[in-house]
Amino acid sequence: MELHALTALQLGEKIRAGEVSPVEAAQAALDRVRQEQGRNNAFITVLGDAALSEALETEKQLRAGARLSPLAGVPMGLKDNICTKGIKTSCASKILGDFAPPYDATLVQRLRAAGGVLLGKLNMDEFAMGSTSETSFYGPVRNPWDLTRVPGGSSGGAAAAVAAGECWYAVGSDTGGSIRQPAAYCGVTGMKPTYGTVSRYGLVAYASSLDQMGPIARTAADCAAVLDLIMGRDRRDGTSLEVESGGLLAGLTGDVRGMKIGLPADCFGEGLEPEVRACVLAAADVLRARGAQVEEFALPIMRYVVPAYYMIAAAEASSNLSRFDGVKYGWRAEGYEDLTDLYSKTRTEGFGSEVKRRILLGAFVLSAGYYDAYYKKALQVKAVIKRAYDEAFEKYDLLLTPVAPSTAPRLGESLDDPLKMYLSDIYTVPLNLAGLPGLSMPCGFDGGGMPIGAQLIGPALGEAKVLGAAHAFQLDTDYHTKMPKGGDAQ
Amino acid sequence: MKITEEMVDTISALSRLKLPEEEKVRMAGELERILEYVEVLNTLDTAAVEPMSHVFPVKNVFRADVVEPSADRRDLLRNAPIPDEEAFLVPKTVE
Repeated sequence: MELHALTALQLGEKIRAGEVSPVEAAQAALDRVRQEQGRNNAFITVLGDAALSEALETEKQLRAGARLSPLAGVPMGLKDNICTKGIKTSCASKILGDFAPPYDATLVQRLRAAGGVLLGKLNMDEFAMGSTSETSFYGPVRNPWDLTRVPGGSSGGAAAAVAAGECWYAVGSDTGGSIRQPAAYCGVTGMKPTYGTVSRYGLVAYASSLDQMGPIARTAADCAAVLDLIMGRDRRDGTSLEVESGGLLAGLTGDVRGMKIGLPADCFGEGLEPEVRACVLAAADVLRARGAQVEEFALPIMRYVVPAYYMIAAAEASSNLSRFDGVKYGWRAEGYEDLTDLYSKTRTEGFGSEVKRRILLGAFVLSAGYYDAYYKKALQVKAVIKRAYDEAFEKYDLLLTPVAPSTAPRLGESLDDPLKMYLSDIYTVPLNLAGLPGLSMPCGFDGGGMPIGAQLIGPALGEAKVLGAAHAFQLDTDYHTKMPKGGDAQ
Repeated sequence: MKITEEMVDTISALSRLKLPEEEKVRMAGELERILEYVEVLNTLDTAAVEPMSHVFPVKNVFRADVVEPSADRRDLLRNAPIPDEEAFLVPKTVE
């Protein structure tokens, strides 16, 4: 079996057994990237020699007997909004230019300490705003399953790179579905953990109350292994929770007997493509066959989740992105007359149109006279949404829903109609509003051969349950083992 | 709610953005459609609901006031479009 077809944990095992060296793994990954990058554009920055020397360092540590982690020496990629010391971190925006952060995100420090080998930085929607990874200043990412289709977004490069076998796992960020939806579109597994469990220190902020980082990999077990490394309290993130890290991978048993899983009827109605519905319901049957109790229930707050989300996300974005002004980082426009003009010119020429739309929307809902009607209202609705999920989890251990209403659209189909694009986030955004963990796992293909994802949702800090059910599902199915035909096969 | 070009001008000024005329018209239309859609929130009675900004009951987080080295100034200035040895440079702001 070729290395790129292995899961991250399988490769990690071969590395620990001495069958494959970290340098060999990194070289194999770089060869694969060289082959695929021109097709899917998943990377913004590829680290050649730096990746190899990091791999060599890990190799030396392993030879000296260091235990590191189950993923030691396994090459990975990071979304380009995660700060990496001395390595360009662009957020896929023109305005950040060649910004190379003076520090590593906490998560990067943790992965490196565990023997992680960074291959490069992954393409995305500009500032993580989008559902297609087409708004990147560095050109759109393409779906490895069909290069005429989008990989989803905003962590589209992360999902595409894992799907194409360019890296064994990646870390993305998820503000309204940006890990889970591209994972679904690309046929891989992705998880947004509970808000506050992974330090946001070093993640370039989009909407701070909703942003959370998490893994994209082939399997739930791989995701558990990554989360074991990156979760945990960090004093540099005031919203990070006192949680124990580790133990998720070891806790995967595949046993879901007696587990109660709720299917919110409001997530299976109008707007959902029949093929997606059929595959997600079939996933419920797989879990039922393993001993889970599955039943439908009503979750009528679904009609409020997208509007509440976009009000809150835009408001926070307009505030967070005010720091990009052409003074402190990256790129500055030319030909300005005074300081205000410098700001305006730089921001007008430096931000793409989706980012500008959200900044303006946010400035509007926060402005005098409209704050109560829009922003405060959205925060009240958020409380109602949170309560609805709290009540659901009094009855159920987990919820199961689709990830997105359809499979991946073609490039160029979504951006003309922003509202329509926003509406497609309906199944993923409520988890960010309520702070809940959610996982997207491959559960089938549509008639055109495009992957379909199912979403498992857990109560706050219910990562073990979510991963447990996903692992159980993957023991009985092989959707997660399928790979798109690569350049070598065509 | 009607979004006029003047309103787009106001929020653009607040956001330090300058949209070209044709983009202004398009943006006004898009914002109007989005806000129209958001009206659905008003069908939910929230009179008795406290606005929720943070989802978990995390209170003020304190730490000991210990001096630690912070980032090196030269490292921070390195990313600026136009720095000198010790500062970010911008056009003169006070005549």
